Amino acid sequence: MSIKKFAVAVYDDEAVLFPAVKKVRSAGYKIHDVYTPFAVHGLDVALGQKESDLHIAGFIYGITGTCTALGFMGWIFTTDWPQNFGGKPHFPLPAFIPITFELTVLFAAVGMVLTFCYLNQIMPGVKKHIFHPRQTDDKFVMVIEVNDTNEAETLAILQSTGAELTETQVAESDWWYGRFDIKEDYEIQQQLA
Amino acid sequence: MHLKYESIIREPLVDGNKTYHQITEDICAPIERAPSKLWRIGFLMSLSLLGFGAFSIVWEVYWGTGVWNLNKTIGWGWDITNFVWWVGIGHAGTLISAILLLFRQGWRTGVNRAAEAMTIFAVMCAGQFPIWHMGRVWNAFFVLPYGNTRGPLWPNFISPLLWDVFAISTYFTVSLLFWYSGLIPDFATLRDRAQTKFRKMAYGYASFGWAGSAKHWQRHEMLSLVLAGLSTPLVLSVHTIVSFDFATSIVPGWHTTIFPPYFVAGAVFSGFAMVQTLLILTRKILGLQEYITLGHIEAMNKVIVLTGSIVGVAYLTELFIAYYSGVIWEQEAFRLRVLGPYWWAYWGMMLCNVVSPQLFWFKKLRRNVWFTFFMSIIVNIGMWFERFVIIMSLHRDYLPSSWSYYTPSWTEVAFYLGSFGLFFTCYFLFAKYFPVIAIAEIKFILKTSGDNYKKEMEQYEHQDNEVFLQEQSHHH
Repeated sequence: MSIKKFAVAVYDDEAVLFPAVKKVRSAGYKIHDVYTPFAVHGLDVALGQKESDLHIAGFIYGITGTCTALGFMGWIFTTDWPQNFGGKPHFPLPAFIPITFELTVLFAAVGMVLTFCYLNQIMPGVKKHIFHPRQTDDKFVMVIEVNDTNEAETLAILQSTGAELTETQVAESDWWYGRFDIKEDYEIQQQLA
Repeated sequence: MHLKYESIIREPLVDGNKTYHQITEDICAPIERAPSKLWRIGFLMSLSLLGFGAFSIVWEVYWGTGVWNLNKTIGWGWDITNFVWWVGIGHAGTLISAILLLFRQGWRTGVNRAAEAMTIFAVMCAGQFPIWHMGRVWNAFFVLPYGNTRGPLWPNFISPLLWDVFAISTYFTVSLLFWYSGLIPDFATLRDRAQTKFRKMAYGYASFGWAGSAKHWQRHEMLSLVLAGLSTPLVLSVHTIVSFDFATSIVPGWHTTIFPPYFVAGAVFSGFAMVQTLLILTRKILGLQEYITLGHIEAMNKVIVLTGSIVGVAYLTELFIAYYSGVIWEQEAFRLRVLGPYWWAYWGMMLCNVVSPQLFWFKKLRRNVWFTFFMSIIVNIGMWFERFVIIMSLHRDYLPSSWSYYTPSWTEVAFYLGSFGLFFTCYFLFAKYFPVIAIAEIKFILKTSGDNYKKEMEQYEHQDNEVFLQEQSHHH
């Protein structure tokens, strides 16, 4: 748990968000994150993020599935318990294809989804700070980590990018185990202060 | 910022004057209001049908499969007919979400969520039939390759029946993951809108704590794309493998190489019909006509007329090959299908699957909601007949003393009705508590395919190419 201070800018259209991201980045600020209600194409490029390697993980899981299926069936039919099915060979490769294919897909899909959840740190019971209640609805939220010295200037530059709302929030920057219907201690303290 | 242009010749996919927020409101509204009377009645009816089915299964397990009217020639009867029928229906969802995603068909976004849900529920129903058909169902785990004390003795990995176990369970798992990964961001939307504590908690768990970070969306896009790529061959493999249950047997009428493509086309055909049945009712009851438009219905009807025609060609090819093979057993099997004791099933199939969908060549009928609804039911009756015809073609084998005429017992009929109970119980819960339309995906296509945004594009439509390029190049 690490509670930090953030400058938050809320935009109501991705057409405003893109130039804002560009401006803030070229001014030398490091963007903590941008939250959008749907996948905005090109935003990852605008933020300078590199392409996801998830598909490579998927390929490795798939190959694992292929090898598991072929290896397991081959071992059973040739070594562990060889049986004679109507004089057919002990390693009938064409007849192994259906199960091999299915296990390839199964391993790749299950592995990729688990990797996706791990990388994004999402799971039932995980809670993250929601900077704006409508960031999953129609608002686009840019968040920059600030300290007491640069807070005012960061807010000023965010204001100049056409944000409909700018504010400072003290928030947990990481994920934690929690329920969305219960307010966290730091949120209550912030409200009192 | 690039100009989001799509030709105005293409029909809008979202009607009305929509904004991002309006989309959220429209799709979340049915979830956030109290269930209607119609919903309660429908849900209770489904639940009681499910109960009736469960009773028939208890009866069957207690007395054994002897309570079914299976006999020496008809070993599969209604049970496997229903299995193949439900699996077939379960093909449209993943087809819509995977193959149409790869083909960049924008219209899939309006229907994919409900179609995938339908797929999952249909596969759940399908799975019941072979499981309870095992008779000694407490030994069902024998199909799994686990270390055991019988040698160890393993299942036969070169049997199509075992391939089915792997194919159907993989298909179910992958469809579920694909569906749920799309649901996560939408559950987050519901969570952040929730007014009651319970909803906040429940949708909080369901959304896995999704916040909509840019990096997460990038991975989400990659995940959807790769899952679509994996599901595309998967969807084709599943019904291919189901058809192997028949095609690899050396039985007249079943032993044909045409089965895999013919089964897959039939599966897509019946799946789209079931999507039509469900969505025509859903869009009406939940007031989502602006998201599931006549354009969507027409697009699906085009798929229906295409796959219906493929199935029709397959039926005629089967007859021709039976004649041309010169094998008298094959010829007799097909003569019996057409003119034998089950002639009514054959001609019912022909009429429902081949003849009547041809009406969809008329644009007026393709865009007629109630005609489509009627046809979607006809198609599914036809596709049930198709599987029934194939399974019944064994009613006369090589030994005339075992010839019979099979009719189902009440338990078999009740089991089938029970599967409808299971399907609709799940669908009612889905339609009430889940976003029926993929909210985030509709927002993604809004600016290219929304009615109001398309109208803004009219000014560019007649612009000179040079001028257009000149103006737009400044935005880069």
